[in-house]
Amino acid sequence: MTCTDFLKQLTDYFDGQVEPELLAEVQTHVRECHHCEVVLDTTRQTISIYREHEIYEFPAELRERLHAAIMKKCTGAR
Amino acid sequence: MPAIQSPATEEIHPDVALVARAKKGDTAAFEQLVRQYERQIFRVAQHITQNREDAEDITQDAFLKAYEKLDQFQGNSKFSTWLVRIAVNESLMRLRKRKTSKIVSMDQDVQTEDGSIPRDFAEWRPNPEQLYGQHELGDILRKTIQGLPPGFRTVFTLRDVENFSTEETAEALGLSVPAVKSRLLRARLQLRERLSRYFRQKSGGPIP
Repeated sequence: MTCTDFLKQLTDYFDGQVEPELLAEVQTHVRECHHCEVVLDTTRQTISIYREHEIYEFPAELRERLHAAIMKKCTGAR
Repeated sequence: MPAIQSPATEEIHPDVALVARAKKGDTAAFEQLVRQYERQIFRVAQHITQNREDAEDITQDAFLKAYEKLDQFQGNSKFSTWLVRIAVNESLMRLRKRKTSKIVSMDQDVQTEDGSIPRDFAEWRPNPEQLYGQHELGDILRKTIQGLPPGFRTVFTLRDVENFSTEETAEALGLSVPAVKSRLLRARLQLRERLSRYFRQKSGGPIP
């Protein structure tokens, strides 16, 4: 398996959707290729950082204002 | 008595009943749907447009559109997926208006492989809470995602921020599953490359 082949499997690998025979090849490649091991590890961290951190605030004041505006628009529409 | 639920009963999403009531003109039911999804719709719009005022307008317009077109919602997909699809379209339209010279659409094929081929192989293992204040980390994450092309940013937002499945993302964006996977891979690799610059420096990793 080449590094390019490995990258093609990366998305399915994170989703646990790599076919069993191919999975063994992916795992062997990661063990033997330090670059791909780093790419795998740091990509995983990239995903989890964005999953775990709310990067835009949604303060209560904004929520109430927005909610009121939505309901005003919608109930005036019908 | 063993606490095992019968697998035979198919779960009906609570939104189905709310949507049915809203279709009959029950404003309270619609308001509950608004409460459930206003934050998500605002977040999706803000991720795509990178602009808070635009995100506020889009959130209002998306719910208004959903309200007006409620009769057209057939229930083949989840209500939330349908709603997000409306919000994504509104957001992309807004971007198109902003940048009149550049076409912004989900079909736009970004030819460049820039940033999609890994170049940085330094290990990083940040403990962001220790390395950065929340404020600084937020700045880094916002700046980094801002640099992605809108199409990639949109796929990444639905898949990795909103936790949509690949199939739901495809449905919400009107893309094929392979198209979602390809954009997602490139989005993740580009973000990884950019984050690497920040975290490697801070953690004192090797400099090429």
